[in-house]
Amino acid sequence: MDRFVFLTFDGLSRGAVYAAFALALVLIWRAARIVNFAQGAMAVATAYVGYSVADATGSYWLGFVVAIVAGLLLGAGVERVVMRFVDHSSPLNGVVVALGLVLIIQGVLGMLYGNEFRPAAAPFSRDAFEIGGVALLSRYDLFVFAAVGAVVVLLTLLFTRTPTGLRMRAAAFAPDVSRLLGVSVGGMLTLGWALAAAVGSLAGMLVLPTELGLHPTAMDVVFISAFTAAVLGGLDSPIGSVLGGLLVGLLLSYISGYLGATVAPMAVLALLVIVLLSRPDGLFARSKARTA
Amino acid sequence: MSALLEVEGLTAGYGAAPVLHDVSLTVQPGQIVAVLGANGAGKSTLLRTLSGLLRAQKGRIALEGQDLTKIKVEHLVRHGIAHVPEGRGVVTELTVEENLRLGGLWRKPQPSLEPIYELFPRLAERRHNEGHQLSGGERQMLALGRALVAQPKLLLLDEPSLGLAPKITAQIMALLRDLRDRTGLAVLLVEQNVRSALSIADEGIVLSLGRIVTRHDAATLVDDADLRHAYLGF
Repeated sequence: MDRFVFLTFDGLSRGAVYAAFALALVLIWRAARIVNFAQGAMAVATAYVGYSVADATGSYWLGFVVAIVAGLLLGAGVERVVMRFVDHSSPLNGVVVALGLVLIIQGVLGMLYGNEFRPAAAPFSRDAFEIGGVALLSRYDLFVFAAVGAVVVLLTLLFTRTPTGLRMRAAAFAPDVSRLLGVSVGGMLTLGWALAAAVGSLAGMLVLPTELGLHPTAMDVVFISAFTAAVLGGLDSPIGSVLGGLLVGLLLSYISGYLGATVAPMAVLALLVIVLLSRPDGLFARSKARTA
Repeated sequence: MSALLEVEGLTAGYGAAPVLHDVSLTVQPGQIVAVLGANGAGKSTLLRTLSGLLRAQKGRIALEGQDLTKIKVEHLVRHGIAHVPEGRGVVTELTVEENLRLGGLWRKPQPSLEPIYELFPRLAERRHNEGHQLSGGERQMLALGRALVAQPKLLLLDEPSLGLAPKITAQIMALLRDLRDRTGLAVLLVEQNVRSALSIADEGIVLSLGRIVTRHDAATLVDDADLRHAYLGF
């Protein structure tokens, strides 16, 4: 029983990171109808920048902020310089370009930083403290929950309470009509990519200290888990992606806890295939016909 | 009186073959001009070119003497032109209130929606419903109301009667005439429904295969049987 409780908390903590990363995927999907397969590589790139600053200055928090700002800039840059010029007549074009970006980013990171694992320090202790005699949560887990929770709340407020959020939603749903009403659709798209990449960077900064460390391909498996989470949530739903993230986190935690850690990556892929085959619109899909 | 909208020698279309050929027209302040013609005559293309969704290949578009030919679509509303596209363009995923707010977001400070709710009490009742929950008539009211939030000088209306019951079409036409009388709003009205368009228009322009074939006072177009037979088919 203790083991089950431990695995549950561990799964929720990992799931929170997947949720943030899945949320980033959903943000871009909603804005541009592209699954950003380059998101993992982009997050790693900004994490390298963040940790370089942290190493140089001795301040983890400065590096943390720099990584997220780098995410904003990288996201905006990728949209302005690359994605804007992709022919969207076939959805495959964006996917191929994104995969190309992965190869470029990982190649450049390898050249700049080398292809070995570099340590990624955590700002808080990862030793779990005991609650009722069971080691459940570390300070770092609490930090992860707080950071992801803050992102979810801030994004919700942005989209539902601010004029910019309304513009972003309208631009995504009905670009031509939005332009006629004075909305700069291109600007909203750039902003969407910037926000999504920043959330991706945050997720990267949160997950890397719990993995083997910094490596150009360090986010590949996390990406697959988060993509599965986003698909579980229906790809179009921010709430769905958060629930999907927590679900995938729990499932992986139980599987690696009871069946062994080597089974987990295969289990994610199996889950992804099952969901795509049986519920391609996600677990929480409600049918809503789009008319006119 | 100087014209509100002046269009000279407009040629536009999709790809190499233009849809509009050398179209010139003027709209005076407070005037309702109906653009009539069969399917494929270029009526919607004309409106799309005026609002910049489609680039003019030749010609000039000016509002109050200011050249708007190459303006960005999203800046058009700031110059006082509101375009209600065919199919109404209600953002169906957003609520009625969000759609209306969207119409005035570019204004600082943001305009009150109350005058719109007074004009369309039905929209006030449904303000928290999403666009996809509305009937066709409600959507048309919403699209119209959203355009009016921006307090435009010129309204470009594409087929407002499409798919609506005659009674609702008549209501909307009456409302347009009333708005023109009260606020001096000018309207360029594209319609297939010739009778209801001419019932409120001051002037009618007939487009055929992308060219203006005739323009007359609305009353003349309605009364002159030869003109009606030749250009309007009734």
